[in-house]
Amino acid sequence: MKYVDEFRDPVKARTLLNEINELIPKIEIVKDRPLQIMEVCGGHTHSIFRYGLQNMLPCEVEFVHGPGCPVCVLPMGRLDDCVALAELPHVIFTTFGDAMRVPGSKKSLLQAKAEGADVRMVYSPLDSLKLAKENPDKEVIFFGLGFETTMPSTALTVLQAKHDGIKNFSLFCNHITIIPTIKAILDSPQLEIDGFLGPGHVSMVIGIRPYDFIADHYHKPIVVAGFEPLDVLHSMWMVLKQLAEGRHEVENQYNRIVPSTGSVPALEAVQEVFELREFFEWRGLGSIDHSGVRVRDQYADWDSERKFPVPNLKIADPKACQCGEVLKGVIKPHQCKIFGTQCTPEMPMGALMVSTEGACAAYYNYGRVNITRNSAAATV
Amino acid sequence: MCLGIPGRIISIDEKIPKLAIVDVGGVRRQINIACIVDEDHPPESCVGDWVLVHVGFAMSRINEQEAAETLRLLEEMGEVQAEIAAMQASGT
Ligand code: SF4
Repeated sequence: MKYVDEFRDPVKARTLLNEINELIPKIEIVKDRPLQIMEVCGGHTHSIFRYGLQNMLPCEVEFVHGPGCPVCVLPMGRLDDCVALAELPHVIFTTFGDAMRVPGSKKSLLQAKAEGADVRMVYSPLDSLKLAKENPDKEVIFFGLGFETTMPSTALTVLQAKHDGIKNFSLFCNHITIIPTIKAILDSPQLEIDGFLGPGHVSMVIGIRPYDFIADHYHKPIVVAGFEPLDVLHSMWMVLKQLAEGRHEVENQYNRIVPSTGSVPALEAVQEVFELREFFEWRGLGSIDHSGVRVRDQYADWDSERKFPVPNLKIADPKACQCGEVLKGVIKPHQCKIFGTQCTPEMPMGALMVSTEGACAAYYNYGRVNITRNSAAATV
Repeated sequence: MCLGIPGRIISIDEKIPKLAIVDVGGVRRQINIACIVDEDHPPESCVGDWVLVHVGFAMSRINEQEAAETLRLLEEMGEVQAEIAAMQASGT
């Protein structure tokens, strides 16, 4: 437990770990197999690896790293669409930095930029809108991606563009929604998840009631969790306590940030600008019904998909990549055949290696010590 | 992008009250605060408040101690530097 001393409150961390150990024998499932607890959000994945949480927990508890890193689940075809848009004449293509290095089938946005496309990194969609104001002779496109956490910000930016009458700004909308995704995971025959750590900042926007179906229909516990290592341990303890007591409820460990009703102004903006797509394509997970949103008709003037030709081709991932299996939790990142050899954070083949919230990058940066430790233990 | 970063509201825009200047780790920039103002919290009353900022938007109000803890954690994970660098490099 070399990291516990780094915790804000090491005493509390130790107490939680002791209580977790006491709960384990009270859980029926562990008699047959280790518990599979999915952290849905990439922010949690990062904390879990950074603080070595997996190794602190008893071996009966395994983390399954969920699909909650929005950059990681973008299919290659979508990246190709970005490159195609960026290479149009008179276009300034703007994106969050995370997406720059994600490989498309031919190149990444970074490579397109090196070849002369006007691709710029922005911190906020508002910066993109500002660029549009400053460059009236150009078309400025913002690559909108992310779950409900970032959806309100692009919705409010589109509303702002309409209000200010800025017509040379548009949104290439790739926002995805969390609820259908969790449902698809629960319905997947390859996976048996015993409980969830719910995403913190998505819930800050949508509240906790949308998760009711997980408890009511699937009879699984879910605890909305904060990002500090102590939050993750505390939430894990709450999930295990539910399992030990035979309960399945929606609980909120992160109530200091997450109101149970979510954020009304944020949801109103999202409702106004976006509507559900019939389906959206995910890397590794395939097509999931109603898992993405698009711009409503009233805002067509600010929708890149309507303003420009978007190739919208389905491109299969390179054969060697096993991103899909990692995303579904079927294999661990280091079990991918090209992990750490052909695929590294410097030269990523798959998107899970690009973002710091991606499971493969997290494993690569922080996890290798642990892997060696485990395999050493196995040989003794 | 998803973790956000705590900042403190310094002043409210005189013309557009849903915009504010927020100090994020020593860097000041304009932030949209539409999601955290309501009848109980009119814009003028928000000066001095700590907020969690996601991609240029204040998404929730937090207390000062929470802000300090979150900043410390993000610093440890190398996220603060990344966010601030992104803010400063924006649009280039
Ligand atoms: S190592 Fe690379 S190719 Fe393999 S699953 Fe991870 S990101 Fe995908």
